Amino acid sequence: MSQQSLEHSQDRRPTRWHIAVFLAPALLVYTAVMILPLFGTLQLSLFRNVDNAQVFAGFDNFRTLFGDPRWSASFWNALGNNTWFFIIHMLVQNPIGVVLAALLSSPKLRFSAFYRTAIFIPTLLSFVIVGFAWKLILSPLWGVAPNLLDLVGLKSLFVPWLGKEEYALTALSLISVWQFVGIPMMLIYAAMLSIPDEVIEAAECDGVTGFSQFWKIQLPLILPSIGIISILTFVGNFNAFDLIYSAQGALAGPNYATDILGTFLYRTFFGFQLQIGDKNMGATIASMMFFIILAGVCLYLFLIQTRLRRYQF
Amino acid sequence: MSNRLLTGLLMASSILGSAGIALAQDKTLTIESWRNDDLAIWQEKLIPAFEKANPGIKVTFSPSAPTEYNAALNAKLDAGSAGDLITCRPFDASLELFKKGHLADLTSLKGMENFSDVAKSAWQTDDGKASFCVPMASVIHGFIYNKDAFEKLGIAVPATEDEFFAALDKIKADGTYIPMAMGTKDLWEAATMGYQNIGPNYWKGEEGRLALIKGDQKLTDADWVAPYATLAKWKPYLGDGFEAQTYPDSQNLFTLGRAAIYPAGSWEIATFNTQAQFKMGAFPPPVRKAGDTCYISDHNDIGIGLNPKSANAEAAKTFLTWVASPEFASIYANALPGFFSLNSAAVKMEDPLAQEFVSWREKCKPTIRSTYQVLSRGTPNLENETWVKSANVINGTETPEAASAELQKGLDSWYKPAK
Repeated sequence: MSQQSLEHSQDRRPTRWHIAVFLAPALLVYTAVMILPLFGTLQLSLFRNVDNAQVFAGFDNFRTLFGDPRWSASFWNALGNNTWFFIIHMLVQNPIGVVLAALLSSPKLRFSAFYRTAIFIPTLLSFVIVGFAWKLILSPLWGVAPNLLDLVGLKSLFVPWLGKEEYALTALSLISVWQFVGIPMMLIYAAMLSIPDEVIEAAECDGVTGFSQFWKIQLPLILPSIGIISILTFVGNFNAFDLIYSAQGALAGPNYATDILGTFLYRTFFGFQLQIGDKNMGATIASMMFFIILAGVCLYLFLIQTRLRRYQF
Repeated sequence: MSNRLLTGLLMASSILGSAGIALAQDKTLTIESWRNDDLAIWQEKLIPAFEKANPGIKVTFSPSAPTEYNAALNAKLDAGSAGDLITCRPFDASLELFKKGHLADLTSLKGMENFSDVAKSAWQTDDGKASFCVPMASVIHGFIYNKDAFEKLGIAVPATEDEFFAALDKIKADGTYIPMAMGTKDLWEAATMGYQNIGPNYWKGEEGRLALIKGDQKLTDADWVAPYATLAKWKPYLGDGFEAQTYPDSQNLFTLGRAAIYPAGSWEIATFNTQAQFKMGAFPPPVRKAGDTCYISDHNDIGIGLNPKSANAEAAKTFLTWVASPEFASIYANALPGFFSLNSAAVKMEDPLAQEFVSWREKCKPTIRSTYQVLSRGTPNLENETWVKSANVINGTETPEAASAELQKGLDSWYKPAK
């Protein structure tokens, strides 16, 4: 009898409309500005413009992108450059970010708020300003870089970095590192602050201090944050475009040495100078960028994040 | 009583208000352009002259950055938010717009008879039957030099290539000036001011250009590789770090008086006149041997067309007819020395440097840039590739032969000349 009344009361539980109502605005906005354009792009990549009409072409555009020697050369060149761009960020930006965060969280450091702000400020600057400022700094004619090197007697080391095929991409990567090093620093700084003092004190009681304390206690505790930063860097780098465009232009010179997927997409989609934009091939490249980022993120989520050990305090 | 007064006032104001709207119903035309340098000239000279002659039509000049213009314009046209009048790039970019229905047919526009067929050729269909932009101006390539520097070093204006390189050697040996102000960072300088500037003397202007389109000549032929070989010889005469020198850097180097020779397009004249504190002269690209016929690049550069979706098409046509008139040609050519009118009516120009440039039309054979007509229709785009390759050749990272071979290979991959 009591069982029956319980089931009865469950049946009569009102439908919880409010959940749908509260979800709807965000869901609608997200669908309108993210999901629809994404599918629009994927759809566009399956069509081709024949006599000013869009004709379904299946995977022909992808076949062109990978089969045609010129398209594929441009694509692999852009992907290679993009990978190098990412490697520099992973090897330079993130370790420096971790070190800066470790220094900032040291209780003995004075003016840490000032350093924190100063290092974070470039992140707030527009790409256009950063690109322009660094172009001027590195300019062989009016830049301060040649003069500064001259002051320390190393003028011979100066090279017009942005104009040389072998250095331009690395130079731009380092500029980007300079701009964005504040982000890993802030995230890791926050992670370090959240490490309870008891853990640190316990470590000190056990005689683990200084560098080995960082290595054995703090680093394992901030590893999940480093993982998140890596994936943010990955997504950010493979979507990058602005800095290269503002510093090197859409042709990403010299000789396409700084061409990354973003600039390659821009040139193809919107056209450049006499080259007329090709929406469909552009969408094909955009889809490839989406798949590359998707694959990278999945790899991280399923292979790395599940294996990261988490500590509960 | 006061209530009635208020009502009366309100009524009156509403009627007067609407009367104000009726008065303000001037037609406003918006011009899309990439010439943001010309904003002042349009606002101060051209537009007032037009508005004075045509009351009731207001014109707004709304330029965007040159490198972004084509992409921005295409996006605006597709979205239907583009202006009434569209400044036309020469050849295929505009032809494509016409084919897509983004430019109206202006063949029968009043005033089109003021232009020669050559002038109209840049904005016509391949068969020449329909014209879609009113030709505005052409630009001529050559070299602008610092007269003071040449006098101080006792250099005569070079007429042949040997004299040209001898002059460069002399400037370099003296050391006061950078012999030539050009950089390869922005790529297009190398192609436009370099290859397309000196090239016509090698491929004999129109003769070579048309043969290339017909397929009778190849980019790997000696006449097309030789200009690259000459460009490669420019490297030692460019400033330190020219690989990272941008176009504005080059302009500043020259106008500050630090460089002696500037490979130029005539469009520089206006800015150089206001910035340079020294006397300037100009010479056409030196010929290879004394007595050779000289060829110059006299390139149709700017036209103006009508957006068929314009709500004020009639007003816009009135404006275009005015652009086709000798009156416009005269104001334009004098306000912008270096942009030479394509109008058949002779225009008197005041600027000595502009006169020098235009005088070459008498003694040299004009041609247009080799990559613009037909040959930049496909992918890879020949014009853009020429930028990259010209910069490579000057940087010394690619040999002239290898660069030409690559260009021809790219062209062959999509272009089949009509036999």
